[in-house]
Amino acid sequence: MIRVDLAHAADFDGWREAARRLAIAGVAPADVIWQTPDGAQDLFAAPAQALPEAPEGEKGPRVPREFPDLARYVICHADPARFSLLYRLLLRLQDQPRLLDHATDDDVHLANAMAKAVSRERHKMTAFVRFREVASEDGEGAFVAWFEPEHHVVRLTAPFFRDRFANMRWSILTPDVCAHWDRKTLRFTEGVSRDQAPGADRLEDYWRTYYASIFNPARLKVATMKREMPVPYWKNLPESSLIPALIERAEGRATAMVDAAPTKAPKRSPKIVARTEAARTPKEAGVGLDGLRREAEGCKRCPLWANATQTVFGEGGAEAELLFVGEQPGDKEDLVGRPFVGPAGQMFDRALAEAGIARERAYVTNAVKHFKNEPRGKRRLHKSPNISEINACRWWLEKETALLKPRLAIALGASAVRSLTGETHAVTKVRGQVLSSPFAGDVFVTIHPSFILRLRETEDREREFAAFVADLTQARQIAYGR
Amino acid sequence: MGQLDSMSKLAILADAAKYDASCASSGGDKRNARAGGMGSTTGMGICHSYAPDGRCISLLKLLLTNHCIYDCLYCVNRVSSDVRRARFTPEEVVDLTLNFYKRNYIEGLFLSSGIIRSPDYTMEQLVRVAQLLRETHGFKGYIHLKTIPDADPALIEKAGLYADRLSINVELPREESLTVLAPQKDARSIRKAMGGLRLRLDEAKEERGKAKHAPRFAPAGQSTQMIVGADGAADSEIVRTSATLYSGYDLRRVYYSAFSPIPSSAAALPLLKPPLMREHRLYQADWLYRFYGFSVDEIVGSMKDGMLDLSVDPKLSWALSNRDGFPIDVNRAARETLLRVPGLGVKSVEKIIRMRRVASLRLADVARLTRSLKNVRPFITTQDWTPGASIDAVSLAARLTPVMAPQQLSLFG
Repeated sequence: MIRVDLAHAADFDGWREAARRLAIAGVAPADVIWQTPDGAQDLFAAPAQALPEAPEGEKGPRVPREFPDLARYVICHADPARFSLLYRLLLRLQDQPRLLDHATDDDVHLANAMAKAVSRERHKMTAFVRFREVASEDGEGAFVAWFEPEHHVVRLTAPFFRDRFANMRWSILTPDVCAHWDRKTLRFTEGVSRDQAPGADRLEDYWRTYYASIFNPARLKVATMKREMPVPYWKNLPESSLIPALIERAEGRATAMVDAAPTKAPKRSPKIVARTEAARTPKEAGVGLDGLRREAEGCKRCPLWANATQTVFGEGGAEAELLFVGEQPGDKEDLVGRPFVGPAGQMFDRALAEAGIARERAYVTNAVKHFKNEPRGKRRLHKSPNISEINACRWWLEKETALLKPRLAIALGASAVRSLTGETHAVTKVRGQVLSSPFAGDVFVTIHPSFILRLRETEDREREFAAFVADLTQARQIAYGR
Repeated sequence: MGQLDSMSKLAILADAAKYDASCASSGGDKRNARAGGMGSTTGMGICHSYAPDGRCISLLKLLLTNHCIYDCLYCVNRVSSDVRRARFTPEEVVDLTLNFYKRNYIEGLFLSSGIIRSPDYTMEQLVRVAQLLRETHGFKGYIHLKTIPDADPALIEKAGLYADRLSINVELPREESLTVLAPQKDARSIRKAMGGLRLRLDEAKEERGKAKHAPRFAPAGQSTQMIVGADGAADSEIVRTSATLYSGYDLRRVYYSAFSPIPSSAAALPLLKPPLMREHRLYQADWLYRFYGFSVDEIVGSMKDGMLDLSVDPKLSWALSNRDGFPIDVNRAARETLLRVPGLGVKSVEKIIRMRRVASLRLADVARLTRSLKNVRPFITTQDWTPGASIDAVSLAARLTPVMAPQQLSLFG
């Protein structure tokens, strides 16, 4: 038998060094007694041999990267068998380097379960420690907590409190070990009894008031509370004294609320409502394009509004002479509320400039004024509008056209062609042609700039961009004769 | 009316805040106080206590004031309610937050407010609290600020600078319900405000990608809340609205809050027991959409009359109505297929995938990796198990349905 004396209950470094030497010496797990200062001494055990020295230069056992992390947690477990379990795993990993993948192996399963219990206890410690303020000699005050963890998690968890309460002096007292922070160093001392900890804090009445007030008696779910905040922790939580009475009175309070007659509004309330209403009554809708835009804000002529953020109306001055019609707003346009501001819009602006068309001469709008899309996880997938949606939205395009009286309408893509002419054409067939619209006169047809964005090869994009610019130049010449 | 002491104000303004379900302190930055100040965030969130309603208490959840000029019928703080009113000064909230925080009662503050005077004035007050905490007191803990949709964008910008999370509640799943139940709120401005937040969040992410010290903007993103059971919306509408919100505005969470009795009710909106099981099923459906690769149409497709089955969870419900896709071989199936097996959670699936690289799984292995084998067994095959004809048995649904199917009344029958 070899006895290993560890410095404390969660002495990972001590365990690691001993395990290394034992493994090199080929000691079987059954021949090792792991002893911690708080553990019971086996007085009748055979006299223990000393830990073997590792030969110089011997590397020792190799482990997968995740094993030390697992072991650091397992070592904090209360089960006295944790050290031998870890040593056994260490030896087995030498023959089966992928043993940890085998989650249902008895040893792996047990180690995982222990690590999980420790992790949970660590988390509960970060949650349920309650500091109480105490006076100190220098008058600065300090914060002291009493906590009784189920596993040896104080050393594991203390850095959390150090990082959070770096500017406070605090101590966490437990029966096993105490942690202290003096704003400079973290120290650990032996465990103490509960009477060493302060018994109250001036804020606890406030905390209890908060706890009682935030509780909703109409949704009593005691089992959920107990699962997340197990009863053994209650003894050190100042709020727990309220729980029995809150539970007992909950149903009566909830029933009373449901049964109570609706209350009469206070006298001042109608006056306040009237004032609020007056303040938010929309200003006059106005005339011209601005009036039209405001009118379109609430458009529900087709179902597309429901999935969109807002109506994206056309943009440009009333004196614009060229009417550009795209398909529909995209993701960015939907959020911003303006047409042609996304990637396709930027490309359009660039092409417009190269074609020598001043931005103020152009009015840009879409055949459909809400973003048609399909939710897919965290993204919205663009969906092309169908004919009935295009038809429904033509209402607005006709009004925009009537106000603008453009020299020429330019249809960007098939949906715009459909909206302006009422006919379905393949853009590839009618590109560069002038079609006729029943309400907008001449319609010059070209592609939608998003077509260029979808091309993969740079040279394809460059070629198509040049062709698009050529189209716009041609449109300019048609409109202005130069 | 005499001056209220701070204890009474706390009681009133916590009570007024409890109908907001969110208490998350997760997501966002990792910070600590090693370089000064006080507080930390680990990205994980910590629930410091639980109330007997089963809800976690992570943040000090308060209203700055429960005075309000709006008249939302479902809300205890509406102008026509006769509850006691109170108002904290920003300094009082700061003081309470810091004192609670030092004692490790909370992760931080979730501050909201009734609308007083104007949206801008109200937002200004909220921002002032966050600013005091961050700038005057070096507070590094979590701050969640409720955002007033109609407030000046400059104020929202400032709010995002100090807060970890911002939220705007859509309130009701149906837009038209808002007109009836919350006449001063406007669904379109709520959507627009959420859209504006998403643009700003995207921008901030991009800037921080380029320069590490670019100013932060609500690193824990935005969330929202919908009240369930106050309007006639079916679960299918609710799930669709959620999907629209998740996909459009990059929300971290949509909270569902079962419409719950309030003191001082409105005649136009009668009270009843909150539909808690319905709320629970909606959260499960929400999870299927976000973490299990289900599309809205699949979730809605397995509903009956647009409602989730209250007696079984939505994944089991989906599997029962799509039995031809089962059983699946746990030793071969792709990750996304395994995620669709009732009873297999994300973690179990990860463990299965990891383990089958080194060993072929038997039924006993699956039993060790899941919480309950009963629901899983009819839908899988392993090296030593096949469900045989039981997958087709008409009785399968009955066997997997709890004996006491929870019943709940709906307000609209």
